[in-house]
Amino acid sequence: MAKNRDSGGLPSRRELLAGVVGTAAVGAGAVAGAQQGESPKPRPRAPEDPTKMQGLVPRPLGERSAFETPRRLVRVLEPSSSSRTPLQYLQGIVTPADLHFERHHGGIPNIDPERYELLIHGMVERPQTFSLADLKRFPAESKLRFLECSGNGGTAFQNQGRYPRMSPQEMDGLTSSSEWTGVPLKLLFREVGARPEATWFLAEGMDAAVMTRSVPMEKAWDDAIIAYAQNGEPLRPEQGYPVRLFLPGWEGNASVKWLRRLELSDRPFMTREETSKYTDPLPGGKARMFSFGMDAKSLITFPTFPERLGGPGWWEIRGIAWTGRGRITRVEISTDGGRNWEDAELQDPVLPKCHVRFRRLWNWDGREATLMSRATDETGYVQPTRDALLAARGSYTRYHYNQIRSWRVESDGQVFFAG
Amino acid sequence: MAAAEDDVVPPVPPEAGRAPPRPELHPGMPGLLNEAEREALAAAREDGLADIGHLPEFGFGETASPERIAAWDIDIGPDGEGLPPGSGSVERGETLYRLQCVQCHGARGEGSQFEALAGRVPGDRFPFAEDRRYRITVGSYWPYATTLFDYIRRAMPQAAPGSLPPDDVYALTAFILQLNGILGPGDSLDAESLPRIRMPARDRFVRDDRRGGPEVR
Repeated sequence: MAKNRDSGGLPSRRELLAGVVGTAAVGAGAVAGAQQGESPKPRPRAPEDPTKMQGLVPRPLGERSAFETPRRLVRVLEPSSSSRTPLQYLQGIVTPADLHFERHHGGIPNIDPERYELLIHGMVERPQTFSLADLKRFPAESKLRFLECSGNGGTAFQNQGRYPRMSPQEMDGLTSSSEWTGVPLKLLFREVGARPEATWFLAEGMDAAVMTRSVPMEKAWDDAIIAYAQNGEPLRPEQGYPVRLFLPGWEGNASVKWLRRLELSDRPFMTREETSKYTDPLPGGKARMFSFGMDAKSLITFPTFPERLGGPGWWEIRGIAWTGRGRITRVEISTDGGRNWEDAELQDPVLPKCHVRFRRLWNWDGREATLMSRATDETGYVQPTRDALLAARGSYTRYHYNQIRSWRVESDGQVFFAG
Repeated sequence: MAAAEDDVVPPVPPEAGRAPPRPELHPGMPGLLNEAEREALAAAREDGLADIGHLPEFGFGETASPERIAAWDIDIGPDGEGLPPGSGSVERGETLYRLQCVQCHGARGEGSQFEALAGRVPGDRFPFAEDRRYRITVGSYWPYATTLFDYIRRAMPQAAPGSLPPDDVYALTAFILQLNGILGPGDSLDAESLPRIRMPARDRFVRDDRRGGPEVR
């Protein structure tokens, strides 16, 4: 059952089926799902006329309306190592921190921030440790950026057409966007006197896997962040509390969480994650190593399974698009299975390396239709069809599955994943 | 957390663990920079430093002593850099494997609750993009034997990660390589011999050639 445990967090179909199809979706006909192992609760009650009684007093900590119960999707049949964001539940571009996907390799460690230290050594003039207070004292920067596991979408890619009852959460829930705050890594590297001959650095976590990845120094001199906050508050434990590396636009695994050590070197370290795991087999007997960048991708989040449209007429097709190579410049929508494409509207702000929200009004005539979205980024890269990706990578390549997804709307309004 | 680790893995002085002389890295290893990549990195460094040129040097943080570094510096390079003194045989590794590893990885590394460790593809082909009959294992896929030592030492066994002393890690590494037909039953490993092992899939790995633009790669 657990053979795939480390394939980028991809659960098997049986594991997924044992979970739940998703959470309450937007619009009419939403399916209210009982979530993993929780028994369905009775629907909350509200007064007939709320204007006829005083409301609640202020509370020190807010919570969602009792009518809103979004949940991450966690595998249930084994000790799990990932959970998925309910993409079909969300609006806008910011993922609430408690719904941000998780992926870890040795569980979530419990770290006392007062004892936290970041060690930087190797090819530096002055090896140093930094406390959390030290890190927070440096000039900070904040960026809204997506984070995606490079295994995201693998089940859909490798099982073409076999699982029509798949929600965006099940299929692609290993992507989220947040505002990340921290210290530019280049500032720390200047402090310790990073030597010009350093070409790579090792990032090491403080979890039970003491997880490591090698990262090119170029990323440090560009936009890498040593992050200690997410959406305005300290990182959540599952996101690396108290400190994580954050590499905008790159596969999530390289943004090492619970970061304890950076070692500069003139060669990569060839850790388990970057050799046996996060490499992409290619046709012709090769595998791509250090494939960090996330290519442009888009995903319709409404209407999608398990949604059922209430009838013909106006519906707004909605979704998210993102690219690790800069900005999304265009998203097109097809409602006829890819024969005709029309531009979707991109919602401001269109930020680099961040989820972008797209929308397009659709006057559904009540007949069967196939919906697709296709993103283009500022480098001119166009999100490929599944066939194009297969030709370039092979049927069973692992990681980086950004092919166009399609959704079939049946004449009764029920929507299914269509490959 | 760090203190607990210090208890079980005694700090190694920085120079003591170095296996002399270090084998050369093979020239095709992904991640060794060519001239153009070196120039690009130098330019990126200059740009990055220019971005923060208006900021003072802050001097926050503490100097890290060699002992402080050694307590955490457990990584092993593909050339064997960082390997500690010690050694372990296939035979001893088999005993340890039965006690510590069988439950998750199966009696002969065929996998059980967790992933398979052993197995080769006939002819050492590398068909993984197009053929799902073959499993990704140490013998069929891992390019460097040093990675095995590094990972076992830092993360295994699951119930007591980071608890194995170097001799045990050498022995387990040796046994898993023997399960994959890479070492013989009478072999042992130490800091000198481990990095000299050439793994069957070593030359299968290439750098990322995706650069954006219209081409799908």
